[in-house]
Amino acid sequence: MRADVRFMQGNEAIVEGALYAGLHFYAGYPITPSTEITEILSERLPGTGGKFIQMEDEIASMCAIIGASLTGFKVMTATSGPGFSLMQEAIGYAVMTEVPSVVVNVQRGGPGTGLPTSVAQGDVMQARWGTHGDHSIIGLTASSVQDAFLMTVEAFNLAETFRTPVILLFDELVGHMREKVVIPQPGEIEVVERLRTSVPQGTNYHPYLVREDGRLPISDFGGVHRYNVTGLVHDMWGFPSSDPKVAYDLIHHLVDKLEHRADTIAHYKEYFTEDAEVLLISYGSSARSALHMVEDRRKRGVKVGLLELQSLWPFPGETVRKKCEGRSHVLVVEMNMGQIYQEVKKAVSKPEKVFLANRFDGVFISPADILRLLNVIQGKGV
Amino acid sequence: MNTKRIVFSGSGGQGVITAAIILAEAAVIYEGLNAVQTQSYGPEARGGATKADVVISEEPIHYPKVIHPHILVCLTQKAYNNFSGIIHPGGLLLTDSHYVKQERKVDARRVELGMYRAVMDKIGKPIAFNICMLGAMTRLTGLVRAESIMEVLETKIPVDFLEINKRALEIGLQLAETHQ
Repeated sequence: MRADVRFMQGNEAIVEGALYAGLHFYAGYPITPSTEITEILSERLPGTGGKFIQMEDEIASMCAIIGASLTGFKVMTATSGPGFSLMQEAIGYAVMTEVPSVVVNVQRGGPGTGLPTSVAQGDVMQARWGTHGDHSIIGLTASSVQDAFLMTVEAFNLAETFRTPVILLFDELVGHMREKVVIPQPGEIEVVERLRTSVPQGTNYHPYLVREDGRLPISDFGGVHRYNVTGLVHDMWGFPSSDPKVAYDLIHHLVDKLEHRADTIAHYKEYFTEDAEVLLISYGSSARSALHMVEDRRKRGVKVGLLELQSLWPFPGETVRKKCEGRSHVLVVEMNMGQIYQEVKKAVSKPEKVFLANRFDGVFISPADILRLLNVIQGKGV
Repeated sequence: MNTKRIVFSGSGGQGVITAAIILAEAAVIYEGLNAVQTQSYGPEARGGATKADVVISEEPIHYPKVIHPHILVCLTQKAYNNFSGIIHPGGLLLTDSHYVKQERKVDARRVELGMYRAVMDKIGKPIAFNICMLGAMTRLTGLVRAESIMEVLETKIPVDFLEINKRALEIGLQLAETHQ
């Protein structure tokens, strides 16, 4: 037995990942099926010198982490569907003000209060477009407890690198499932620290003056520089502006900094894809059933493979297009009415070859559910 | 070992999910196996129908749920009525005789044990009933060693309740032993 082998829930692994990445401030309001994240952090975070606050609601939680992040700390909040809806306005504020922040949404059935204890992946588009206005955002997901840990660390790294909110879009199954996980030693995986300005005290600091490499070094708010932060369109000093050129450049910057790097931000795994005639595309817990079905069919000589997406936003369209090239069919497996299915159809050269195997009734999609669709598209009937 | 699929079913508050977690953790940490544990339950804290699934294997486990269990444990009549039909042919169906009357024929080895009654007689409180069940189940199946369960109990159970749980485990082991 390895000393670092642990047995834990996805929600616990998210906490471990956040602490590994240097989480210092957490504000949240408990909601099923994400409650364990808030519960465990209320015990763990104070012990690391960090701050935990249970807020009055999810609006306040999101606002609190934005403020804390600006003062120089790594921050996170966690919620599920209804709470994620409440956070949307402030997520837009974090996009506009370019504040590194990590938002966990352990998805449950929706809309409304929906199916609180059931599995679903219905918030994929909400993560992308839940807040108003043209913008881009990063959305990551995972299908195992180990990957929930790794993707949480990656969320903090990407939030710091690109100064953006990052959505961790897990689902009830991964959040509550317990399995083996190996927690890496400190230093074993990369942790990106905040890029701070080199502008000395007493010299003008331009908070929104983009460097040549597209990055924006931060001065800790309340530290040695005085500057303005606003959700309005702003110039390089951070002051409101309605100058069309300022607005044009800012919106372009907010979108391009992520969309132009979609395929470098992309995280994915491939199983049996090399000679696959039918390619399955899935993510989150659905990918486990997809892989089960793929392995089972391979034993019978059926050439199927799986592309498991671990980053959904920005959508890795170019990667998906290349991986789908030359397949007879593509089968998207997800637990909603086709949110990533539509993105795949947009990305590929032959959208008529893309099919959907899905469930949205609170029941975890099974290998048999997927096999039925595979049989249909391969002309074997149901 | 071949992949083994286990379902624990009962009512919220009976410790069904805890038993599943302890079994899976014993398999992973003390037996070097892979195990995945999931559950389904309603929004109620107590009294709702509860089902916990465990898959144990030497191979990586992808699909984490159990459709046809090799081992099915039912701790309420309702759970028995709902789930006895899903058992894998030739599997083991374990019920508690205080809560469940086995009425149907199923293609499985059927075992009814007086676990609740024995725990009430010897300990006087129902709190470690789930651990007694775990003891009986491990003895009947040989899935994991009783010592592995004991090791997990030592890391999970508050010191004040450890002795009660150890006794409950023993009661379960003996009940299964006598049955065999």
